[in-house]
Amino acid sequence: MSYIKFVKRNIRRAPYQALTASMVMFLTFLVVSVFLLIALGSQKILQYYESKPQAIAFFKDGTTDSDINLIKESLVATGKVTNLKYISKQEALEIYKERNKDKPILLELVTANILPASLEISAITPKDLGPIAEILKQEPVVEEVVYPEDVVESLNKATEIIRFVGLVLISFLATFATLVILMVIGFKIRLRRSEIETMKLLGASNWFIRMPFLLEGMFYGVVGAVFAWISSLVLLWYFAPFIERNMAEVKLLSISPIVFLGLFLVELLLALIIGFFGSYAAVRRYLRI
Amino acid sequence: MIIKFENVSKKFGSTSSALSDVDLRIEGGEFVFLVGPSGAGKSTLLRLLAKEYIPTSGKILVDNIDINKLNSKETLIYRRKLGFVFQDFKLLDDRTVFENVALALEVRDFSDKEIKKEVERILKLFEIWDRRNLFPQQLSGGEAQRTAIARAIISKPDLLLADEPTGDLDPQTAWGVIQLLNEINSWGTTVLMATHNVEIVNTLKRRVVYIKGGKVVKDNKEGKYELH
Repeated sequence: MSYIKFVKRNIRRAPYQALTASMVMFLTFLVVSVFLLIALGSQKILQYYESKPQAIAFFKDGTTDSDINLIKESLVATGKVTNLKYISKQEALEIYKERNKDKPILLELVTANILPASLEISAITPKDLGPIAEILKQEPVVEEVVYPEDVVESLNKATEIIRFVGLVLISFLATFATLVILMVIGFKIRLRRSEIETMKLLGASNWFIRMPFLLEGMFYGVVGAVFAWISSLVLLWYFAPFIERNMAEVKLLSISPIVFLGLFLVELLLALIIGFFGSYAAVRRYLRI
Repeated sequence: MIIKFENVSKKFGSTSSALSDVDLRIEGGEFVFLVGPSGAGKSTLLRLLAKEYIPTSGKILVDNIDINKLNSKETLIYRRKLGFVFQDFKLLDDRTVFENVALALEVRDFSDKEIKKEVERILKLFEIWDRRNLFPQQLSGGEAQRTAIARAIISKPDLLLADEPTGDLDPQTAWGVIQLLNEINSWGTTVLMATHNVEIVNTLKRRVVYIKGGKVVKDNKEGKYELH
């Protein structure tokens, strides 16, 4: 209990240093939160595309129903198809109109003739899309085949880059935060040298002297992590309408509260580790008992 | 608590000698004045006894135990048997009188309830209870030294080391402090006090150890402060 009193007194005595240390920790953990959320989001997008193995074949003008039926039959014969959906030029126009109902200029320029008819093919697994696309490409009436292999690949690359940049940035900021804690606690130890001397003469154990400094470092970490976590949730809530508008189907925001709690616990643990190591290094370096 | 210095020397660096070949025996419950000119080695002797310094040679035995062979845990236990009073009080500026005195018990893991009870008792005994919420800067020299002594003896030490405790006080206040130390000694606590105050030494007529140039040059049972 008396350790807490010591920590409170230390913070009260040098509030600006406490604020500096807490803000550096806040910044570090805000970056940690943001990158973890982005990583989580990109994972979710990847999962979405992987869970919906779908290819679309666009037909040339003049393709007849019998051509399409033949293609359908050859696809079903592969045993890799779960669903086939033909979209005529007229249906394509309806979809286009629905998507662009707020943009009248775009609607004026487009007629059913411009849009190609297409066939949406749902495969059993993403691996099946390649062979299906090959079959389609060989059909003379097929203009183009689009399937998400490229998207998945690009997303995978993007996710890897995000993870790498995040890891580098978080490592740098964590090191920076540890050094700031070391400096702040080290400065406080120097400032309280005569007090420490007196405490030693009064018979204070080494841990009695060290503990408030260690707790103080961890306190800054926890304060920074808690505020960063709250801020990241506020940021997510703020950007939610924008994300939902653009990626409604992916359901980015349907992340379970347990994941957020897990994120908080990870950050809390990291904060305690950074706070402890920063202050422990200061105690080792400056507190000679 | 019996204290023995056996051929104790303390050098700082390779040449400067603060104490050389000191032999001294102090019985439990004694009141001993350490006198001598500035730089004679009085404070060094007290600091050696507090184990703040390690002697360059010789032994310091307390109850027949060489204090310099104590490990850090044993040193902690040993230090808790001592009380310290300094000329500059060494009170913590950001703590009230109550908190300064309580610190001596906090470091010994006393409960909050025990601390409250003991600190109240000692502050009332030293007549500074009404000053308990003041900070050191708000105290007179006498009040500050009373607070420092209260902190030193609240844990009932066997030995009280006082380094020029009256050095910064006016004569009247200094006498108040000496009366307090005398009373503490009457409870059985050994008091070892370094001082320059001729009047106090001569009036109290206690044992006087005269140190000069790092050596004990006189040791009188009911001595006087003889200026040489």
